[in-house]
Amino acid sequence: MKPLVLPSYLDQDPAVKNRFDALKQRDIILDVKNLGKKFPSKNGEVTALKDINFVTHRREFVCVIGPSGCGKSTLIRILAGLESASSGEVLLDGKPVSGPGPDRGMVFQGYTLFPWLTVKKNVMFGLLNQGASVVHAESEAMQWIDLVGLERFADNYPDQLSGGMKQRVAIARALAAKPRILLMDEPFGALDAQTRAKMQAYLLEIWRNIDITILFITHDLDEAIYLADRILVLKANPGEVHELIEVSVPRPRNPEQFISPEFLATRKRLDELIHPPSEDDDDDKLNMIRFTQAGDDIEPNE
Amino acid sequence: MSNNKKSKKWLEPRVELPTAQYRLITLASFVLPILIWCLVSYVPFIWHPNVQITDPGGVGYFKEGMMLKREVFDTESAKMASESKALPHGIPANPIYLPAPDEVVRALYTSFTTEPQRRSEQWLHESLWHSITVVFTAFFLSSIIAVPLGIICGTYAAASRLTEPFVEFFRYLPAPAFGALAVAVLGIHDGPKIAIIFIGTFFQQVLIIANTTRKLDLSLLEAALTLGAKRLQLLFKVVIPGVLPELYRDQRILLGWAWTYLIVAELIGTSSGITWFITQQARYKNFDNVFAAIFIIGVIGLLSDIILSRLGKRLFPWDKSSNKA
Ligand SMILES: Nc1ncnc2c1ncn2[C@@H]1O[C@H](COP(=O)(O)OP(=O)(O)O)[C@@H](O)[C@H]1O
Ligand SMILES: [Mg+2]
Repeated sequence: MKPLVLPSYLDQDPAVKNRFDALKQRDIILDVKNLGKKFPSKNGEVTALKDINFVTHRREFVCVIGPSGCGKSTLIRILAGLESASSGEVLLDGKPVSGPGPDRGMVFQGYTLFPWLTVKKNVMFGLLNQGASVVHAESEAMQWIDLVGLERFADNYPDQLSGGMKQRVAIARALAAKPRILLMDEPFGALDAQTRAKMQAYLLEIWRNIDITILFITHDLDEAIYLADRILVLKANPGEVHELIEVSVPRPRNPEQFISPEFLATRKRLDELIHPPSEDDDDDKLNMIRFTQAGDDIEPNE
Repeated sequence: MSNNKKSKKWLEPRVELPTAQYRLITLASFVLPILIWCLVSYVPFIWHPNVQITDPGGVGYFKEGMMLKREVFDTESAKMASESKALPHGIPANPIYLPAPDEVVRALYTSFTTEPQRRSEQWLHESLWHSITVVFTAFFLSSIIAVPLGIICGTYAAASRLTEPFVEFFRYLPAPAFGALAVAVLGIHDGPKIAIIFIGTFFQQVLIIANTTRKLDLSLLEAALTLGAKRLQLLFKVVIPGVLPELYRDQRILLGWAWTYLIVAELIGTSSGITWFITQQARYKNFDNVFAAIFIIGVIGLLSDIILSRLGKRLFPWDKSSNKA
């Protein structure tokens, strides 16, 4: 891997450095080895993912970013077992995984709550599948609903909830099944900016309070930096690991840090990786035709 | 735009009507056809192509109460006038197959209050009840096989491939074509009638239910998989509850379908039920009774659909589309 070129705050702040050292000492939860995925298509095969290698440690928060179509969803679906890999393997706690299972919880971008079940019954779903008694599942579910702050809505149907509330229930539902790792595929992508900011804060709070490892996909750089310990940057065609960045913004995180030097430096680095400056930048300019004399006294026409 | 928003609402595509307008227009959908019927029946010169004789005058073959074409009446009166005989008199009338609303209402009332004239005849409600039992028996038999089969076909590709091509072929065969065969196998009474409605409903039902099941959002199944659901749990805890409201709506439409096969079915073997009543009354030219019977079938259909739709809202409180419809 290339060395980081951004001014290394790792060296400047011993607290951050210690945190990362400690993190790397922890158990490896997810180990992705030489993962590749090819899709059949009209003209031969398309390589969606190639040689993906990374690990996540226990209680680590890893974000995956990359341009759209680079294979982020494909990657997370393979990890969840919803799609099979063409090559390589995925180890969970050292054991290879095949097929979906409750040990890898998933929160999707779209709303996938069961519309015919109330919030409480949605959260109970995973517990009942694993053979819990109804009484136990119910009290357990209520704890998770409390955790995401929706106890008042326990008996509502998903249709009666806002988008943000639905995703909170989805998080509670996934966590209630006691997964080793929580996989999240752009879970806040469909939410408005304000709700999204609130959800990010919620998620960090939940993550801080329970023993869970999170792999979070996003295409929002700020979101990735705000949430992650480390950021896996993918590049497109074929989807490959571009770089793995350690986020030096100290925890606990808060929105004020968006303008801290660490944050901005990381942001700049990610920007360079995802939008590399190219010579044919001119091509991006719109072919603007002036139909009218648009100039006025504020912004004169040339 | 906002100043004349209210008046233009009904010209905007897919905009919900305000409640008052909604009710008014619903009412109009029934009132308008009845109004047209009344106009045609009670206002002369809109149609009234015939003349009913009130006084035969000098025409030998005219009799009181006789119905004939206006042209015939006019030529005969002209002839009488030229021979200076007594002129015939008559009132404009509609053809016998279009009774006036009041006649139909009276027939409706009579059919429930006075005993049938001939011993072999049935009361209207007896015929109706017989038809209803036939339709519902056939629909029930069809449903208990087609619904589970459809769900299985919509869920498992192998079941779908094994079943649907044949069903697809069979549904193009017209159900009434099996009439003679059904009589040969099942006798002349209700057996073949139920069989025809069954054949007419069953094959469509399998395909429709299978398609509805296939429309279930795949991501719900994926979510269930990541929550540890396995094989049959997926079927019973995700697929079936997920498609139930849509499936219920399908059943409502298919029940209407079964009713349309009733008319053909009841002509097979010994005629019976409401169809027998209608054909019998038409033969005696009691068209008011015919209309009364047709009207009642419509009311039964509409009422049962309203009841089922209300029931659907109760059964699936979480389903927003059923709460609207
Ligand atoms: N089931 C599929 N069949 C064929 N191609 C697919 C399939 N799923 C994804 N792809 C292709 O793989 C690439 C990566 O898709 P995806 O993982 O959804 O990207 P992202 O989530 O990063 O936007 C895309 O080019 C997409 O067209
Ligand atoms: Mg995606």
